Amino acid sequence: MTSEKQKATAYWKENIRYLIILLVIWFLVSYGAGILFKDALDQFQIAGFKLGFWFAQQGSIYVFVILIFIYVRLMNKLDKKYGYNADSKNKTS
Amino acid sequence: MSVQIWTYILIGLTFAVYIGIALWSKVSTTKDFYVAGGGVSPWANGMATAADWMSAASFISMAGIISFSGYDGSVYLMGWTGGYVLLALLLAPYLRKFGKFTVPDFIGERYYSKTARIVAVICALLVSFTYVAGQMRGVGVVFSRFLEVDINTGVFIGMIIVLFYAVVGGMKGITYTQVAQYCVLIFAFMVPAIFISIQMTGNPIPQLGMGSTLNDGSGMYLIEKLNGLSTELGFTEYTSGTKSKLDVFAITLALMVGTAGLPHVIVRFFTVKCVKDARKSAGIALLLIAILYTTAPAVAVFARTNLIKTVSNQPYSEMPLWFKNWETTGLLQFEDKNKDGNIQYVANPAINELTVDRDIMVLANPEIAKLPAWVIALVAAGGLAAALSTAAGLLLVISSSISHDLIKSIFNPNISEKSELRYARISSTIAVIIAGYFGINPPGFVAAVVALAFGLAAASFFPAIVLGIFYKRMNKEGAIAGMVVGILLMLYYMLKFKFGIFDGGKSAVNGLAKDWWFGISPEGFGAVAMLVNFIVSLAINSITSPPPADVQEMVETIRLPNNAGVNSDH
Repeated sequence: MTSEKQKATAYWKENIRYLIILLVIWFLVSYGAGILFKDALDQFQIAGFKLGFWFAQQGSIYVFVILIFIYVRLMNKLDKKYGYNADSKNKTS
Repeated sequence: MSVQIWTYILIGLTFAVYIGIALWSKVSTTKDFYVAGGGVSPWANGMATAADWMSAASFISMAGIISFSGYDGSVYLMGWTGGYVLLALLLAPYLRKFGKFTVPDFIGERYYSKTARIVAVICALLVSFTYVAGQMRGVGVVFSRFLEVDINTGVFIGMIIVLFYAVVGGMKGITYTQVAQYCVLIFAFMVPAIFISIQMTGNPIPQLGMGSTLNDGSGMYLIEKLNGLSTELGFTEYTSGTKSKLDVFAITLALMVGTAGLPHVIVRFFTVKCVKDARKSAGIALLLIAILYTTAPAVAVFARTNLIKTVSNQPYSEMPLWFKNWETTGLLQFEDKNKDGNIQYVANPAINELTVDRDIMVLANPEIAKLPAWVIALVAAGGLAAALSTAAGLLLVISSSISHDLIKSIFNPNISEKSELRYARISSTIAVIIAGYFGINPPGFVAAVVALAFGLAAASFFPAIVLGIFYKRMNKEGAIAGMVVGILLMLYYMLKFKFGIFDGGKSAVNGLAKDWWFGISPEGFGAVAMLVNFIVSLAINSITSPPPADVQEMVETIRLPNNAGVNSDH
């Protein structure tokens, strides 16, 4: 039972670490590049886009999608590492 | 064939599909009715979530709003997509593991309190009713313009269709209709966007066309051209905003957090099979939403440029047919102030002669760009799909709040499954009728009320759910105090600064802007109210006793993804 508990705590800690990293990126591309540093980034231009404007209306959204899929991958791996994936259901219960 | 015949054909076809799905997915258990049996595949749930989420506001209004506000419109683009990151990482997997039917279910059990559940039900009803009124209005607008019936008849037809598949099929009917509606709406949004992108820049991908050069031989970038036209007419440069950075920050945050806290979105993640599927379908939902959300800013640039080129300093007598059509709906108004017969479209209100309702930018866009009749009709069918799918999702939240959270959980716990299902059907019927009433007699402030819905969701649900999952010691005293203070503060701020209730009514609103707290607009205040909720919750929590052991154990269970493959009652 206690080893079960330790395992759960360790799993949760790793989960939280992933969340913090992903949410920092989430914050940087939207609130950072799209709002706070928009004016500075607007000095650079890719094709017809000023960079800050591009982040606010395009780039941040692409990154959001990628972030969720990275999260899905990381968590699937983590579940497997700790035996929490559906296949090992009988073992853990 | 004329636009009208095409419209009848396309709307008739899509409606037939929706009704067919409803008949096929007739349900007989409450679990089917509330969460589609809990066995929806991640792709189907992703598509349904995307259609559920993208309302008349996303499809009809958003590109138009961006078109007229340029960079400032970014708050909607980031706010209404970034919320899914929060939803996927902080809420969806854990709520799925919890494995019940509604958001008040979670609040009520996690905070071991009927009071908490009732507060949650009130929030859910308030949020959903305000939201659904706007959808029925959207249905009415599309019908009245494209089928030339009056708005009331349009709303009425919409009510009957929604009633049919929501009442018969419950969540199961709604889910699979939404899958079909996603296909209709995304196709309807993309086809004209691609056509216009090719027309203006030669690039078939609107997201890239937006940043390309014009193909009129000038070699000028499209956005540069629009910036030039805008400043020439006295408007702000398209890529710069007029709002303060702090306000843009606050509005984006309020919309993101509000998105993650909206009950009709959250409840979609109760319908998938397991935690793994909940995570995956959040990703799929955002991917499908992003297709429209990255196209909308491109449509905004195309439409604004086209509009200025078509009308600016052109004689009124030579305006194309679409101009006259939209004039009769009152959404486009021309007043020849200097009597020269030409249209002056400029920023200065004393000289400006053209008033364009932002809602028509998407609907009129294909006509302005002279696209074929079937494309114009397709946009009408898409607008209806967007409005109906969202309305249905909201109606389900309303009916489950009443039949499950009020009747079953509070007033009469011994109710049989059969009568609970009957109550669910009765309450969704009543909800449709009330929504229809608001669609026909819209309170003059639908848009304002929808903004309120996000603020309320941000100020109430989000902190309570996140703390409930991530802070084991969080108790009911803290959570209830936080929700109540958050909602009341948000309501006060909206009533004061959006409706001017304490200062002599609507007319006073503009003069009050200088008194905004920290310069934050009512739309962005949800972010402040959310922070206040967090602070109040934690403060009260620290001086009251911790939750009982079994609740703390429950929190530990929902943090682990295993054994969620089957629902608890199997």
